[in-house]
Amino acid sequence: MARNIVPRSQSPAPAGGSADLRSFEIPAPAAEGPGVGKRVGLFATCLVDLFRPTVGFAAARLLADAGCSVVVPAAQTCCGQPAWNSGDRRGAKRVARTVIRAFEGFDYVVAPSGSCAGMLRHQYPDLFAGDRKWLPQAAALAARTWELTSFLVDEMGVNTVAAKYDGLCTYHDSCSSLREMKVKDAPRTLLASVEGAGLAELATPEICCGFGGAFCVKYPDISNHMVTDKVRDVVATGADTLLAGDMGCLLNIAGKLSREGQTVRCYHVAEVLAGVAAPPIGEPLPKPEKGQ
Amino acid sequence: MTSAAQMTPRGFKKQASAALEDVSLQRALGNVRDGFIAKRSKAVAKLPEFDDLRDQAREIKDHVIENLDVYLERFEQNVVMQGGTVHWAADTKAAQEAVLTICRLVGARTVTKGKSMIGEEIHVNPFLEENGIEPVETDLGEYIIQLREEPPSHIIAPAIHVNKEQVADAFLEHHTDLPRDRNLTDNAALLAEARAKLRDRFLEADVGITGANFLIAETGSTVIVTNEGNGDLTQTLPRIHIVLASIEKVVPTLEDASTLFRVLARSATGQEMSVYTTVSTGPRRPGDLDGPEQFHVVLVDNGRSKLIGSDWQDILRCIRCGACLNHCPVYSAVGGHAYGSTYPGPMGKVLTPVIMGIKEAGQLPNASSFCGRCEEVCPMHIPLPKMMRHWREEEFNRGLSPRLGRWALGFWSRAAGMPWLYRLGARMSIAWMSRKARKLGRPFGAGQLPLAGGWTGHRDFPAPQGITFQSAWRKAKREPSRRPLGPGR
Repeated sequence: MARNIVPRSQSPAPAGGSADLRSFEIPAPAAEGPGVGKRVGLFATCLVDLFRPTVGFAAARLLADAGCSVVVPAAQTCCGQPAWNSGDRRGAKRVARTVIRAFEGFDYVVAPSGSCAGMLRHQYPDLFAGDRKWLPQAAALAARTWELTSFLVDEMGVNTVAAKYDGLCTYHDSCSSLREMKVKDAPRTLLASVEGAGLAELATPEICCGFGGAFCVKYPDISNHMVTDKVRDVVATGADTLLAGDMGCLLNIAGKLSREGQTVRCYHVAEVLAGVAAPPIGEPLPKPEKGQ
Repeated sequence: MTSAAQMTPRGFKKQASAALEDVSLQRALGNVRDGFIAKRSKAVAKLPEFDDLRDQAREIKDHVIENLDVYLERFEQNVVMQGGTVHWAADTKAAQEAVLTICRLVGARTVTKGKSMIGEEIHVNPFLEENGIEPVETDLGEYIIQLREEPPSHIIAPAIHVNKEQVADAFLEHHTDLPRDRNLTDNAALLAEARAKLRDRFLEADVGITGANFLIAETGSTVIVTNEGNGDLTQTLPRIHIVLASIEKVVPTLEDASTLFRVLARSATGQEMSVYTTVSTGPRRPGDLDGPEQFHVVLVDNGRSKLIGSDWQDILRCIRCGACLNHCPVYSAVGGHAYGSTYPGPMGKVLTPVIMGIKEAGQLPNASSFCGRCEEVCPMHIPLPKMMRHWREEEFNRGLSPRLGRWALGFWSRAAGMPWLYRLGARMSIAWMSRKARKLGRPFGAGQLPLAGGWTGHRDFPAPQGITFQSAWRKAKREPSRRPLGPGR
């Protein structure tokens, strides 16, 4: 099969080269900061858990730097959106109850995703509507759930991070961040403080990339049309890096960039804000050495 | 290829894929993206109180819907007081029969028509043709698609999918009395030709049918807004004026209607007001210079009254501005015909299952990425994605969604409800995928990942990082590393 692919391993490596996940440490909370004394449950999200653990560590680092003590409950799985958006209320409730139980007792619940945070914050109360037992707990969880960048900027008052990134970035707002969680400025505020990182905005930052959860596999041709437009917009900015706050959009756009042989690198915004250096989204990690 | 008139919601996927390959359609759809969206946002920016108006507009419609019976009866009383007649039609068939009965009163041979979506919904044109009456569309866009034997592809711009060259072709084919070598290259020439043709038709029509943007309960009036003035000629020249309207079009007062007009035109075309706003109140009175001898209003329910108190009640607020279509990435990718429904786009995804049933129309509410742009621009704050989700729920509960998907979903949600099992499955799948990706040395291409054809047909699947976050986090907790998280800190 003839495919015109430029392996992105040949593209300029991000600052710092590759990362070995197993060298990642649990970040200790900063001694001072707005989050001191606050227990934050990190809802890593299923896509980060499966495909991009670095985002989880980056999010934990950013929260710890704000002084928060970060806990990753082992009992978390997924927010339940796949079932909820497929009309399976019972299945969605089953998953959501797991989330509610796993995140009891935290001051805040923070997710590196507008989509999953949106599910907890805005959809759970609908999901459990009329459920006397679970609605109060769902509503309580909703009230303390935040999207990561918005939590840092809007709740913690953090406006700067101590990170460097050498590259011109463009930023894709996920639909749920933008419209459900009303997050637009927070990631940009933080990015502006990253040394060396420039920002070139997309021409159509408010248009969906075509991911849409199961939508992209149920309607692959329409989704492809949408992501093709998005990739064209990304390339037209001249940026060498695409950032976003949601793994779904990132997997979709990175996958299309890769298919088209584009060399734009994709990262979750938290990775750049935390100064995490790993190969960009999509590239396999090198085989770990024995004994490590 | 299926002709647009034969498309159905069941065929959505195939029709959408064909539309994506249709070069001239794709060129025409560029106009939606570049025209309507920019014009709306400009008009909204110029009116600081636009959002307050939206709230007011919503309140007006919510109030009407809560008291629909009261306002409809008041409307009927006032129509009758003005000398008109109201016909109540529970469904398509009843509405068609009402129209036919009125047409036969005067032995009508031709009927002129203003643009009416409810007319499309009850398929009044083919029905009249079957009964020997010729309907003539007088809105330019509607006229063009009537010649092309197509349904409208947009609720306010019915011929948005047609390019100028295709209009010229249609005119050449149908206006055979005109010289074939005439100039049909510029818009003005096309417009002049359509205008001349339509003038004759206006004068010979026995009956004029229009829709209604609003029905005014306090006066028994019907109101339409147009930009071409064709509506006025349609309703004032023939002996009989029939207004087709769905029941949720009623508002209490003219004042309420004017609030709605302020959000309608801005949301639709970016105009502050449409060019013509025409109020019709009863037939011609003694001493009037013009107007029809008879004034009939056919009120169509077609499933709407059942929505009151249901999960879909809010769709009754819709004022048919088309903003949700214009801003929908799916609509702007595939155009309106692919939906196989009178109403395309987000509002159509909610309304079509009401009219055709969820069994027929189930594809439509599923074909959304839930990007939420429709709800954001809707002047009536209609929660469109939420109502599409309700349709998906209805479909799921009735066992209408595909069995394999339901089975997979059930398996997944059970696993996700058991964290230890889920973690085990996740760890194993990711280890396997990562090994495979390392061997490939690049992201997964087409056919390189089992069961992922829907994804990898068009895009690569990014390689995972070898280990799940949960495992990595717990491992880091057990064996605190001496190395920092990464450089640059």
